[in-house]
Amino acid sequence: MSLGMGNLLQAPSGAGTYAAGLAAHSGEAHAATGITSAAWLLIALPLLGAAVLLLGGRRTNGFGPVLATALSWGSFVVGALVFIQMLGLDAEERHANVPMFDFVTAGSFSVDAALLVDQLSIAFVLLITFVGSLIHVYSLGYMEHDPDKRRFFAYLNLFVAAMLLLVLADNYLLLYVGWEGVGLASYLLIGFWNWNPAYATAANKAFVANRVGDFGLSVAVMIMFFHFGAVDFSTVLGAAGNEANQGFMTALGLMLLLGATGKSAQFPLQSWLGDAMAGPTPVSALIHAATMVTAGVYLVVRSGPIFEASPDAQLAVVIVGAITLLFGAIVGTAKDDIKKALAASTMSQIGYMMLAAGLGPVGYAFAIFHLLTHGFFKAGMFLGAGSVMHGMNDQVDMRRFGGLSGIMKITWATFALGWLAIIGVPPFSGFWSKDKVIEAAFIGEGWRPWVFGGAALIGAGITAFYMSRLFFMTFHGKKRWTEDVHPHESGLLMTVPMMVLAVGSAFLGLIIGPTGLFTSWLEPVTGGHGDEHPVLAVPVIMALTLILVAGGVALAWMRYWRDEVPVVAPAGNLLTQAARNDLYQDQVNEALLMRPGIHLTRSLVFIDGKGVDGGAGGLAALVGGTSSRLRRLQNGFARSYALTMLTGVVAILGALWVIS
Amino acid sequence: MNETTAMSSIPWLSILVLLPLVGSLVVAFAPGTVENAKRIALGTSLVTLVVGIVAALQYDSASTKQFQLGEYVEWIPQFGVSYALGVDGIALVLILMALVLTPICLLAAWHDVPEEADAGGARRVKGYFALLLSLETFMVGVFAATDVFLFYVFFEAMLIPVYFLIGRFGGPRRQYAAMKFLLFSLAGGLIMLVAVIAVYLQGPGGADGFLVSNLTGLTLDPTTERLLFVGFFIAFAVKAPMVPVHTWLPDAATESTPATATLLVGVLDKVGTFGMIRFCLQMFPNASEWATPVVVALAVISVLYGALLAIGQTDMMRLISYTSVSHFGFIVLGIFAFTDVAGAGSSLYMLNHGFSTAALFLFAAMLIRRGGSKRIADYGGWQRVTPGLAGIFLVASLSGLALPGLASFVSEFLVYVGTFPTQPVAAVVATGGIILAALYMLLLYKRVMTGPKPESLASDPAAVDDRWRRSSGGTVIADLSLREKAVAAPLIAAFLVLGFFPNLALGVINPAVKTSLSHVSTADTSPSAAGAAAEGSSK
Repeated sequence: MSLGMGNLLQAPSGAGTYAAGLAAHSGEAHAATGITSAAWLLIALPLLGAAVLLLGGRRTNGFGPVLATALSWGSFVVGALVFIQMLGLDAEERHANVPMFDFVTAGSFSVDAALLVDQLSIAFVLLITFVGSLIHVYSLGYMEHDPDKRRFFAYLNLFVAAMLLLVLADNYLLLYVGWEGVGLASYLLIGFWNWNPAYATAANKAFVANRVGDFGLSVAVMIMFFHFGAVDFSTVLGAAGNEANQGFMTALGLMLLLGATGKSAQFPLQSWLGDAMAGPTPVSALIHAATMVTAGVYLVVRSGPIFEASPDAQLAVVIVGAITLLFGAIVGTAKDDIKKALAASTMSQIGYMMLAAGLGPVGYAFAIFHLLTHGFFKAGMFLGAGSVMHGMNDQVDMRRFGGLSGIMKITWATFALGWLAIIGVPPFSGFWSKDKVIEAAFIGEGWRPWVFGGAALIGAGITAFYMSRLFFMTFHGKKRWTEDVHPHESGLLMTVPMMVLAVGSAFLGLIIGPTGLFTSWLEPVTGGHGDEHPVLAVPVIMALTLILVAGGVALAWMRYWRDEVPVVAPAGNLLTQAARNDLYQDQVNEALLMRPGIHLTRSLVFIDGKGVDGGAGGLAALVGGTSSRLRRLQNGFARSYALTMLTGVVAILGALWVIS
Repeated sequence: MNETTAMSSIPWLSILVLLPLVGSLVVAFAPGTVENAKRIALGTSLVTLVVGIVAALQYDSASTKQFQLGEYVEWIPQFGVSYALGVDGIALVLILMALVLTPICLLAAWHDVPEEADAGGARRVKGYFALLLSLETFMVGVFAATDVFLFYVFFEAMLIPVYFLIGRFGGPRRQYAAMKFLLFSLAGGLIMLVAVIAVYLQGPGGADGFLVSNLTGLTLDPTTERLLFVGFFIAFAVKAPMVPVHTWLPDAATESTPATATLLVGVLDKVGTFGMIRFCLQMFPNASEWATPVVVALAVISVLYGALLAIGQTDMMRLISYTSVSHFGFIVLGIFAFTDVAGAGSSLYMLNHGFSTAALFLFAAMLIRRGGSKRIADYGGWQRVTPGLAGIFLVASLSGLALPGLASFVSEFLVYVGTFPTQPVAAVVATGGIILAALYMLLLYKRVMTGPKPESLASDPAAVDDRWRRSSGGTVIADLSLREKAVAAPLIAAFLVLGFFPNLALGVINPAVKTSLSHVSTADTSPSAAGAAAEGSSK
């Protein structure tokens, strides 16, 4: 039986059926042809870059950054070619398996290293390689004077490779390799300037919080293998649809969700993201906004059939998303550090995606759609923030900005497009994607659509407020600069990527949103989104959203453009103080986990030294005899020992002789 | 005996046992300079490695025999003792690991012992290298012995070189540490001795009555079997080391030289977990099942306890030894899960842990030689002083926390995935260890390597160990030397190769695990594991 199982697992994955989504196709996953069969190049190119730069040492200082950038673009070209080839196929044929090598075979456990190229993964590939490559270019300018530039680009390439592995893996084990790989890259880049102890701590915090999530993912893989006897998508997701044991599916779904909350900085594992802004700004743009932190959403959508089999797990996803979208939005209103405000916003926006992903097939496509548009506008705004910091001696305090619109025209204009996109002003990208998420949140029965739809709606209003606050405080109003700064526009290496992303922020949503291009593209993977209607009419939802957005912008305008912004933050009310302190997330973690943990460790160290050692040592001494004998043994030990050995051997032989 | 062993016409294993022993005698007693003696030692270990690789190529993982490369000579036929060697896949990879680690350790040990000009100093250095090299003999012998008595002889005899390595060449409290190591080992060993005699008496007797194959599948009275099991298990638990008999390890590892610590923890301690598979599971399967709840509980406690203790340490070497307590907990857990997946994971973990712990001990030692202290608090900011060393130290730390892509991940993953079907609670709780692992490794890295560049270093050359200054040609703090790079490169290569292509090792491990587990019943509920059980019983 096991043999049969083994054969099934080892058979070319093309033989398995890949069934995902409610109304998913159950066609054969095709063996890759043409450029698609070389899809491993997507990962290999940036990985090669990382290896050359890390192993080559100082010799690669000169050409390293450019090489890394070129290889990242190379990966994009491969991705684009794969995409073009895919366009030539029928919708049902657009999924191919690219086997690489046998990864792990241990007893009945067998996993191949193989890639799955389908509509969902290629969408991520294009986002990662395109935005990633732009950010490589930007970094050539941003990191120009950093002595460790080579190491930075090596890590950046490492990240791109790991992220591509994460989204291309055709099984959960390989996904996990990419999953922790991006965690490593994130750790390395957050701590890139780790001679600042606070940055080193931030890096550790990110890794450990992610490990808590990874624990969940590990347990998920564990019980998945136990139950389905495999960990590849086609077997697991295929079987999940017919699974009757709902309790099991709920456990599986919750463990996957725990993994997702760690990587995507969702409640309750959100606390690391704000501190992660310690990394250089291009890193914040790429890893902590556009790509890595969205991996949790990818995981949920990819594992769709598992969640669909458990309404409880789905509900948990939606709740996590709703809490986080409000949490992030509230925190975002009080932050004066431009990067931390953007980080809070990222958290909140991913909350939207998570909420949509938890709604099932009705929300998957919109979750990914919002993920794509967010990748563009948020990355663009982070790069804009970097450009501002560049011109302001690396200051991040928005209370010390103001009035930059005239001096940094390109930065201002590109940032403005990102701002319009995120707050959801038509016809910019965010309008198309976020509005769809809000509409989807209003679908359902009973209390749920009202609560979740309401949360999404209120979140949109708060988003408009804090993003406008950020935008006005930075670019408008009175100049509040410290005396030593001389703001200037950044060079072309930095502004061109910002412009490209701004164009995306403006038009991407319009092109693929209302045309239905993207949802129908993803439909074979995510299933049809059905014809369920929100509990409120769509125009009503849209109108309410726009009213709240307008209100948020107006409030921000009054307080942060028209009125003078104090350079020192006012005390603020209790809510403001709470938001400023990230709703006391660190204090809670400290009280619940850190301090008890330290006490536990300290007492264990004490017990180990006194109790356990004493006890075990005493036992050992008993064997050696009394403690005085022990001391005698210690002197002239060699002889005693040899004697003991000899006695032992003689005794054994003697005993055997007597008996036989 | 030919039913279970494929005999070899060339005594490969005996060559592997004798080569280092001969080399060690030459190193110790041949006249000549210290430098030459070191070279001879290194050369011998490299030749042994090559022979080992050639021998490994003769191994056929498709064979149905449990042992290959077999040798058999009657030794004391009156008492059933024979000189019988042979390897299964697990023993083979562990021997190869020992053969790879020995030259690495010798290279790392180059300046461990100060070379005073007088003759006594030279003798000391030669003695150190001779002892290190001689360890190889015992490491190969103990894994290759297929006669229980011969195993016991190797098992006990290896205490002698280790005792001297710790007691003569270690740190300030080396005498204490050596004594403690010895007493713990002896205590376990003596209990095992009784069990060794007793199991022979239960067996068929005869001239080859001590052969493992003759003591497998005995029909034993349950109480007898359990007592025998306990006799063997205690010795192995001390060696492994499991909580609560682990306390000798931190002292031994901290007080000995890094090379000794590496071979002790990386290789010799594996005799404990190896013994559990080879002897406990194979000879006393029913008792193994009987003891499972207790063993599994102790294993899980070891995982978490070792990890928490590691977090709380202030001494780098002690910290690293406690991480091993945690990792050994994983290995034991996988062994007593009785599934082919976990068994393969544990066996692979024994191999990977050897490289991983070697990297941790040896790289930390490179730092300690520069900084002159084992205290974590005495460091900080060293990434800016020695970026290369910081880099390899980070890789070792990541291997210690089982990062995917590095070898230890695959083994740890297989252990918990394979343990879940039979011991779900233990598997989930032990998996929590991965969070603690991130803490103990990254906190160490943070405290030692990150932060502002230490001002004191550049201005206070006296703070730097004398030995280091000499070997680095007068520079105060230099980054990795060529020799150190040669130490690091093979270890890191092993992490990556086994991290991405674990099947290289699993290919030979899998059949051996299946054979070892065929004696215990692998009753589980999972479709896959049930299949494995069916397959196991059909053998």
